[in-house]
Amino acid sequence: MKTLQEIAEIRKNKREELDLRVNLKASTKEKHILVCHGTGCTSSKSPDIIENFKKSIRDNNVDNVKVIQTGCFGLCAKGPIVIIRPEDVFYSLVKPEDCEEIVKTHLIEGKLVERLLCKEINDSTVKRLDELNFYKKQKRIALKNCGVIDPENIDEYIAFDGYKAIEKCLFELTPDEIINTIKESGLRGRGGAGFPTGKKWEFTKMAKGDQKYIVCNADEGDPGAFMDRSILEGDPHCVVEAMMIAGYSVGANKGYIYVRAEYPIAVQRFQTAINQAKGYGILGKNIFGTDFSFDLEIRLGAGAFVCGEETALLESIEGRRGQPRLKPPFPANSGLWRKPTLINNVETYANITRIILNGAKWYASIGTENSKGTKVFALGGNVVNTGLVEVPMGTTLREIVYDIGGGIPNGRKFKAAQTGGPSGGCIPLEHLDTPIDYESLAQIGSMMGSGGLIVMDDSKCMVNIAKFYLEFTVDESCGKCTPCRIGTKRMQEILQKICDGKGEKDDLEKLEKLANNIKRASLCGLGQTAPNPVLSTLKYFREEYTAHIRDKFCPAGECKALANVRIDSTKCKGCGICKKNCPVGAISRRNKTAT
Amino acid sequence: MAEENYINLTIDGTQVKTKEGMTILEAAKSVGIDIPTLCFLKDINEVGDCRMCIVEVEGRKGFATSCIQKVEEGMIIHTHSPAVLEARRVILDLILSNHHKDCLTCSRSGNCELQNLAIKFNVQNIEYTGKQSEHTIDDLSPSIVRDFNKCILCRRCIATCKNVQKIGAIDCMNRGFDSCISTVNNQSLRDVNCTNCGQCIEACPTGALREKDNTDEVWKALKDEKKYVIVQTAPAVRVALGEEFRYANRYKCNRKNGNGS
Repeated sequence: MKTLQEIAEIRKNKREELDLRVNLKASTKEKHILVCHGTGCTSSKSPDIIENFKKSIRDNNVDNVKVIQTGCFGLCAKGPIVIIRPEDVFYSLVKPEDCEEIVKTHLIEGKLVERLLCKEINDSTVKRLDELNFYKKQKRIALKNCGVIDPENIDEYIAFDGYKAIEKCLFELTPDEIINTIKESGLRGRGGAGFPTGKKWEFTKMAKGDQKYIVCNADEGDPGAFMDRSILEGDPHCVVEAMMIAGYSVGANKGYIYVRAEYPIAVQRFQTAINQAKGYGILGKNIFGTDFSFDLEIRLGAGAFVCGEETALLESIEGRRGQPRLKPPFPANSGLWRKPTLINNVETYANITRIILNGAKWYASIGTENSKGTKVFALGGNVVNTGLVEVPMGTTLREIVYDIGGGIPNGRKFKAAQTGGPSGGCIPLEHLDTPIDYESLAQIGSMMGSGGLIVMDDSKCMVNIAKFYLEFTVDESCGKCTPCRIGTKRMQEILQKICDGKGEKDDLEKLEKLANNIKRASLCGLGQTAPNPVLSTLKYFREEYTAHIRDKFCPAGECKALANVRIDSTKCKGCGICKKNCPVGAISRRNKTAT
Repeated sequence: MAEENYINLTIDGTQVKTKEGMTILEAAKSVGIDIPTLCFLKDINEVGDCRMCIVEVEGRKGFATSCIQKVEEGMIIHTHSPAVLEARRVILDLILSNHHKDCLTCSRSGNCELQNLAIKFNVQNIEYTGKQSEHTIDDLSPSIVRDFNKCILCRRCIATCKNVQKIGAIDCMNRGFDSCISTVNNQSLRDVNCTNCGQCIEACPTGALREKDNTDEVWKALKDEKKYVIVQTAPAVRVALGEEFRYANRYKCNRKNGNGS
């Protein structure tokens, strides 16, 4: 148990010690080697890198160097990432065997290991972290501590104003004042739908009930999305603290976080965070000597996409089959065990402490008129810098893809970007300058979604992409309501038929009619948004569908059934190389020309 | 009842005053408007799965589920707008596309809710055809035959078994298109805690659940001169026979509080 005073002391002392993490001009002899310990870098052996660094430092008797595991730095394409502070040197694609060299050259001789320094495409000059284009246009609020602190060390979190927001709430603010601050900040739900967070808190506070619950939705299921995972892995305490603030505001003393079991590192770090907070007396009964008590538990999801839908998630926490409930009543009135429940997404919570400490005005000054703050995106697909980016709302797609993402690799052209995963739509080149906010994305037939952003180059067939997303929803439909259960299956079958070259004239009409009806008639958000990838590709890439059906031709050349190899007889020299290399012997030779 | 317990709304252009707490379905019924339902079973299965009962409520993006959603002051409801009719027709089409349509030999032919809807909607052809679920017929139970090739996943049987009979022998298994009603470890109904009460058959809107027919065996026994045939019946059978001859049913089943027989 720690008193407020003791925590304030930890904050002061630890902050001085960790100054070199954020202050490049810190005058200290100490150096910190930060190694990314997120899921991506871990799978590329970052635990071995940490071990090797420690061993090498010991073997070479290097003083004043600490090796720290951190959360995600964002530039996952260049992982495993090692950053040395205070000088802010960024080593990328580090292998366990490189550690010895870094220790000897960098730490002992004081020179840079040139070959491991991060270089940008089209610009071979070596750059420091803050000079990289990847970071220039980003603004880190939700990811503020990711890559800065050791997520498994509560003191490091406390050093960077950790648990200061809950202290401020408990001693300086009333629940209504907190809710008003959140409302004024303009924060909207980061899970995808964008409901104003403050209003949600207010509804839950106003709801009558002897027991209320706080739930955190960490069931991130979109293919290619890993924002929530990275926050839980890099800064779990900020979610713990935000859930406590939510509990104090709406009058709840119990919280659950629903995390997918496929995120073992996130689960373990969050559990560590809970244990440490309990150990310090931050979580538990009569927090900081006040009347407020709060307890937090983890619930594991078994990997169903539909459990990210809030009511299905609640069913799953209660131990039942993860199927959505009909709304209304909304969880604010009748949620977990039919009690008033506040349910927010991880990234939404990650913004809370920053808003409380910096004020609503500060937060509302970032972003666009109706979408405030920043949004974290998991940038993936055909883009150079795949990784985790956080940008102010209103940043255009072009800035994300080209300035931050570094453009399309292999000299190919941009074709489309998919936001919102299987619930979102494909955005074509003509809308590349659309500012990213809730309204603008909805207007062009896509949605913000939870933050998956997949870039596609011109080698991708859009019919095939639509089919891919439909296959996902067919797989993940819970099977409760008819339109989603059978309708998405029928849509997928029609798309398969088109890709197989068996499309018929009226297929597109049938597809559109079915899609529109599924959208309006389905029970929950999964079914209501499942047709979006098909409708948006039909809107922007209709000619590709027509080519598949009418001309039996796949313009991108991805649909195998429609691949038709022709030989231009005016150019063929009859060299026979194609015949020699064909793995299945499909080419025969006659009179100096291939047939 | 006080004035504030009444709600004013418009259904298909008609001003309607209904009691607070009524569902849209009930409110429509009170003014003679029939909304089709399939999974709905009053007080027992109110889940809004099948989506046949959807209606349009002005100002709302998606359709409303009339069998569950309560009326609200000032609602303007369209129960038979072109959009609603098209959606219902598509939903019915989808259900039929994954249904063994051997109506001629089906035990429920003429008494089937799905068949009735198909007639009502004048279904002449099925627009969205595709893969059909394939299930083995479970006829090992002494009294109940389950043919899930005809199941429309309304879950009325589950609700009846769990909430009325308090047994819980069946529930939903798998997900999406592969969802099906099953028992623990997908065993036959014979091998689980089913009490053979048959209430699930009563709840089933189609021919997915039916009683085992022993008529042939009875005929055989009756024709066997070496056998002395006696008849023993359960009380329920006597009640059913009585009902056929229009006797008053003193054992009227109260579905909410158990079978009460």
